[in-house]
Amino acid sequence: MSLRLEGVSYRYAGSTATVLSEVDLVVERGEVVGLVGANEAGKTTLCLVAAGLAPATIGGRLQGTVHIDDLATAAARPFELAQRCGTLFQNPATQLSGTAPTVWEEIAFGPRNLALPLAEVVARVDEAVRLLAIGDLVRRDPARLSGGQAQLIALAGVLALQPAYLILDEPTSQLDPQGTRLVGDALAALAAHSNAGVLIVEHKTDLLAGLASRVAVIEAGRLVAAGPAADTLADERLPGWGVQPPSAVRLGRAAAAAGVSLG
Amino acid sequence: MADAIAPSSGLALATEGLGFVYPDGTRALEGVDLRIAAGEQVALIGQNGSGKSTLVRHFDGLLRATTGRVLVGGEPVGQRHVADLAHLVGIVFQNPDRQIFAGRVRAEVAFGPRNLGMQGGELDERVTAALQAVGLAGSEGVNPYDLGYSRRKLLGMASVLAMATPAVVLDEPTTGQDARGVARVREIVARLAAAGRTVVTISHDMTFVAEVFPRLVVMRAGRVILDGPPAEVFAEANWPTLATTYLDPPLAAREGTRLGLGATPSEASLIAALRARRAT
Repeated sequence: MSLRLEGVSYRYAGSTATVLSEVDLVVERGEVVGLVGANEAGKTTLCLVAAGLAPATIGGRLQGTVHIDDLATAAARPFELAQRCGTLFQNPATQLSGTAPTVWEEIAFGPRNLALPLAEVVARVDEAVRLLAIGDLVRRDPARLSGGQAQLIALAGVLALQPAYLILDEPTSQLDPQGTRLVGDALAALAAHSNAGVLIVEHKTDLLAGLASRVAVIEAGRLVAAGPAADTLADERLPGWGVQPPSAVRLGRAAAAAGVSLG
Repeated sequence: MADAIAPSSGLALATEGLGFVYPDGTRALEGVDLRIAAGEQVALIGQNGSGKSTLVRHFDGLLRATTGRVLVGGEPVGQRHVADLAHLVGIVFQNPDRQIFAGRVRAEVAFGPRNLGMQGGELDERVTAALQAVGLAGSEGVNPYDLGYSRRKLLGMASVLAMATPAVVLDEPTTGQDARGVARVREIVARLAAAGRTVVTISHDMTFVAEVFPRLVVMRAGRVILDGPPAEVFAEANWPTLATTYLDPPLAAREGTRLGLGATPSEASLIAALRARRAT
């Protein structure tokens, strides 16, 4: 059981630019895979293609194949994709429904649309609220949240869908260190206990170092490195690809360059 | 030639017993006493909701003190008009989409300085210099929404730099930026500092603030709980206080303490301490 991109190239509708080129990437159930790269290298496009939203919903031209378990996304219908894969967009404002009067109902919006029994909806929302420690926000108006709060609520809405796969585009970009830690813990628990497969785009390589089993690097639409997280995050080419290595790697390198030891 | 980062004498910013309560009753600030000297660079850190953004919005009159008072350039803000304060304090918001509205990058950046009364060649030069400073030269004719999020953030920064205010406030400038974007923000802060501007930055990135800012102000629940240079704020004695607001010192500070080297908040200070130890 896995989410698989094989030989994937993609262009947006109305554009001649190839945004992804010959990408091969696998996310197994129960693992967290990190994706890093410079801004505008193709990370967000890869998320849209992996989730099947491109081309099924937004058009464009796909070469190669994307499978979510046994479902080929190119011909899939939106509800088939939604039942298998939850997606968190980069900007939480585009994610929230805009129709819910309270945060609790906003998080319940997705599960209610899956036609689940009410008790199940309540249980899922409460679990997502607990995982992200947002109990004090549930009665608030979703339109009146800070950027970081909106990002947590949007993620809670995706977690409450309990999808087999989660695709998360910079889920901690607006969060403080504590919020970032909570999201990391929640995703690790989801992969370990719910057997979910997670693909996460992150600039915070310190977070990926403790969370992802594998990390891939994208540069100008191509995967230029992929492997166990510890190996990829220590790759000397990372800065050249516009990616900040984790703090421990940077400190170790600075010490070695100065001829001193951190031991 | 008008430089977007022309020399300036900076601007002193201060609060005295500042308290602020939002209309819904949320008490966001309480008894904040803060003095920022003209030309000083300060980073505000603390959890989401600790009052950082609420505090800086008092400096350009977007919010008005519920109790206590705010001084800009030594003068009480009182009911001074926002348009008046806009000449003095420029704020770059966290979410660029809340400030971008023009159809072209150049028009977006020209809006602020034009509103301050600038025109003709001087306006053109100012806009060009601001776009160069953030690395967006060449994108003048692009629709801002055809730029990715990280470049829209840099555009928001250019719009404020172009106004050449003596004080600049950056609200989480590094979020969503890759390594090159973060390096660009560091360079902009360094240039503003060298030009004598007052810079106040809100950030959640402890490594960034420890390496770039000479003074850190830590907020928790609407109050200032620590205020000092990085070596002091991130010193081991303050770790329990930082933990009350879920802040971890940067790795360099933790390593320096583990190795018995004292306070080494930045990579450079840690390496220097290691060298000094080897030399003895």
